[in-house]
Parts: sequence; structure tokens; C-alpha cells
Amino acid sequence: MKPSIEQLTEAFSCLAGPVPAEVTAPSWPVAVYTVDANLKGYHFDAAVSPAQVVTAAEILDRFGFGLDAVTGVDWIAQNEMEVVYDYFHPEINLRVVVRTRVPRASPELPTISPVFPGANWHERETHDFFGIRFLGHPNLTPFLLPEDADFHPLRKDYQP
Amino acid sequence: MIVRKESIPPGPSGEAPSETFVLNLGPQHPAAHGVLRVLMTMDGEWITKAEPVIGYIHRMHEKMGENRTWAQFLPNTSRIDYLSAMHYTHAFVGAVERAAKIEVPPRAEYVRVITSELNRIASHMVWWGAMLADLGGLTPFLYAFDDRELILDLLEGICGARLTYCYYRFGGLCNDIDDDFVQGTRAFVKHMPPRLKMYRDLVTDNIILRKRLTGIGPISAEMCRKYGATGPVIRGSGVAYDVRKIEPYSVYPQFDFKIPTYPECDSMARYLVRMDEMEQSLRIIEQALDQLPAGPVMGKVPRVLKLPPGDYCYAVEAARGRFMVRIVSDGKDTPYRVKLRTPSFSNLSLYEEASKGMILPDALAMMGSLDLVIPDIDR
Repeated sequence: MKPSIEQLTEAFSCLAGPVPAEVTAPSWPVAVYTVDANLKGYHFDAAVSPAQVVTAAEILDRFGFGLDAVTGVDWIAQNEMEVVYDYFHPEINLRVVVRTRVPRASPELPTISPVFPGANWHERETHDFFGIRFLGHPNLTPFLLPEDADFHPLRKDYQP
Repeated sequence: MIVRKESIPPGPSGEAPSETFVLNLGPQHPAAHGVLRVLMTMDGEWITKAEPVIGYIHRMHEKMGENRTWAQFLPNTSRIDYLSAMHYTHAFVGAVERAAKIEVPPRAEYVRVITSELNRIASHMVWWGAMLADLGGLTPFLYAFDDRELILDLLEGICGARLTYCYYRFGGLCNDIDDDFVQGTRAFVKHMPPRLKMYRDLVTDNIILRKRLTGIGPISAEMCRKYGATGPVIRGSGVAYDVRKIEPYSVYPQFDFKIPTYPECDSMARYLVRMDEMEQSLRIIEQALDQLPAGPVMGKVPRVLKLPPGDYCYAVEAARGRFMVRIVSDGKDTPYRVKLRTPSFSNLSLYEEASKGMILPDALAMMGSLDLVIPDIDR
């Protein structure tokens, strides 16, 4: 299936949900915009609430996207952590970014590994590096870090 | 096509309650290509669960990216996947150039394509030798390294390094190519096709190799998509996904080349994809040499590089698949975040599902056909 950006925008427009009170993201419940790929390297950017990442993954799965990566960014000044999901399409030039923010004090959001089994490893890695907990993940144990690691090196307040 | 499974007596699974045992493969095992460890739960000869355990050479390149300037991170990019260093540097400089809107002179882009494709052939030669060594044939390894040596000599001549090139810079290259390189590369392009034919006669059409790989280790296109497997793995499942064609970058749209695909989904398909890819790379190199424009190899780059705030992605087709760099800048001269999306990581992540029910030697043959580089997985 070869979706167009318009189809994606329409599919994402159904996403709307409550915004966690402690998060100050400006553009929720959902903000979808197309971007200049020459400028950014991706075509479609969707900011969703943490609870909606699974729905977003299901929409993209229906359109035939593949999971590229899951990663985090620690925005310590805003006291938030961003979780970024990259998707690629095996047939057309259309890269999609889905992003969400969780509070640093309780960085939790649902796992998308039932939709994309490849997310299993990416989420374990993100848990290692940022301490973000993916609820419902089958095996959230240390992955790249030593098995007794109790630190999260990509947090900006991490001191070796 | 010979189906080996039928010649093996059926396993005890399903007939009676059976006893399983755990077989520890690695992290120091010749078939594991470095320090990969796989915990295999075996039911006799059959694998019921093969769980890769990784992280033995985790170096935290992503953290290193945060405590040095943009340019100081360049040497790291050669050390993630040391067999396809050019592509990795390409993705990182591409992301920074995209963010800072740095113009790259056309000559530099052409040389980037030539060196990237040479690097791809060199990388595939290592895979070819190593995979056949896994299967028990040690001789091809020596042939492969013989030819690879020619490429390493060429690249050493222009950038001084044989493996960790760090040849690309923001805005161009660190060094222009000389006549020796152009002549040497032309000679190599002439030298290689008869060698590839010899490889085909000697190894690819060998009945033992065919029996070891045909029908072994099926990976469907759907599984590739769900796990994000790219490169020769997805192309061996019949999907013509190649970043050079689908999401064109650099000057790749200027060249006429094919994306080899095989719909069989087995280890042999992935093997053949890589063998065909080397021919296509030679075609690209030849065309790039013919069209090579004159001019500078460095664009205008500010002395202190500060990127505008925001996130930027750049993906390239590395030898093992899609490699993407995602950088986040907060306007300072050091990165706020560098994410490295490596192909081997995603390609290995499907191993647990794909190897279920296989016998051990077949599972190792399939692992060879994934072309894993462990530093690329662990970063």
C-alpha cells in the first residue's frame, strides 16, 4: 500500500486524547504537520500523547510502514523526556516521525512491541539509556549496558 | 531445489514431552563474528528459542557525541561499522550539512559515491569470505581478501587509512583524489568482473553451497518490515527497498543501476543479492568516473559550526542496510543528541523469531547470510 501524505494526515486526525496535566507540550492533543524533507530528512511529523503511540503505530502498520527506530531525548530544562519513533516505507519515499513527551519524574508509556515486534529491542535500549519504562514490554531488562547497571547514561544529569 | 529438512528424521517435539537444554553460543565463537552471544534453547538438534545477548563491545558512541563538537565526532562514525565506514561518515556529514545548509561541491559528491561504492564492495568481500568460512570453506576467504586488498590500497592512497577512513568532511572531503586513484579504480573496475565470474563458477554454483543455503532460513517481507530489517535482507525477500533509489541522496539519481532482488526469502537469496550488488556498484563507479566533474572538493564551512536548533535526519544505504543519523541540536557547538540507527541491530532483532524450529547448522548459515557486524549492533 502506498499512502499519500493527505491520507496520513486524515488517519492521524482521529487521534485526540487527554493531555497529562504535568506536561507542558504546546501542541497537544495532536499536532500533525508535513515538513520539507530536504530541510529535515523526514516528511511527516506527528506529536501525540503518550497513550496514543500504540494507535499511531497501528495506523502506520496499516499503511505498510516499517519501524526504523525508537529513541529518546532528555529535555532536562523542561523536565520532560521525548520519545521519538521513526518509520520508513519500503516502497515510497515517505519518512514519518511520531513523537511524544513524558514527565521526567515518571517516564512511562505503553509499548508498541505487539504492533511492531522490532520495537522490543529498541525499547529495551531506550530503557537502558534513559530509564523510560515501556509498560507491557515483555522483557525490559538491561540490554546494551552491563547486567547490573542501575544508571541511565543519556540522561543529561548523569554523572559517571 | 533440495529441501534438507525432509531428509532429517522428525524431532521429538509434538510426539512426547521432551527435554530441552540451553546451548550457549559465544561470546567467543568463530561463527559469531566477534562478540555476539546467543542463548539457544535446544530440543535435540532443533532450536526452540535463540535469544541473542548483545552489548559486549558497547562503547556508547551516542554519549560520546554529546561531549564533543560536531567535527570531533567524525572519527567515531568510522568506528561503528568498521567494514562500511564511508557510508556511516556520509550519513553524519549529510545530516550536519542538511542542518547547517552547507553546499557540497559536485566533485566532492561524485568522489563520495565512488569511495562509498568501493567500500561497499570491500565490505561484501569480507561478508563473502566470512560467511563461507562459517559454512566450512576457508579458501574463498583468501580470494576475497586478495581482491579487497586492492580496494584498501586505493582508499589508503587518498585518505591514509585502510579501515577507519574518516574521509568526508562537512562540506566536502579532506583530500582531493589524484590520477593514481582514478587509474587504479579504472583498473579495478576492469579487474573485478572476471573475478566475480570466477566466484560464481567456483562457489555460487557449487552444489554443496546451494544445498546449505537454498530454502534455509526463510525471512518474509512482512517480517522484515515489522522488524525494520533493510539492505540485502529485505531485498532477498523480494522488496526493492534501497535508500539510494527510494529516498535518493547525494548524486545517486545521476546513475543508471539496478536494485537486485530475489523473491525466495531464503539464505541463498540474500547471498545472491550481495553478489549482484557488487556488479551494480562497479557500474556506478564506472559511470561516476566518466562523469567526474572538475572543481573544488570543499565548500564554504563556518569555522565554528553551530547548527540551528531542531532535529535532522539523514539516511544512507550502508553495506548492511539503512543507516540513519538523527541529530538534535540546541544551537550550541556540541550535539544535544546523536542517534545512530544501525542496520545490523534491526537485522539481528528478527533472529529469535526466524530461527525457531531450525537445526543448529542451518541457523548459523542464516546468521551468516544476515552479515552481522557486532560493533554496529552494540555501538
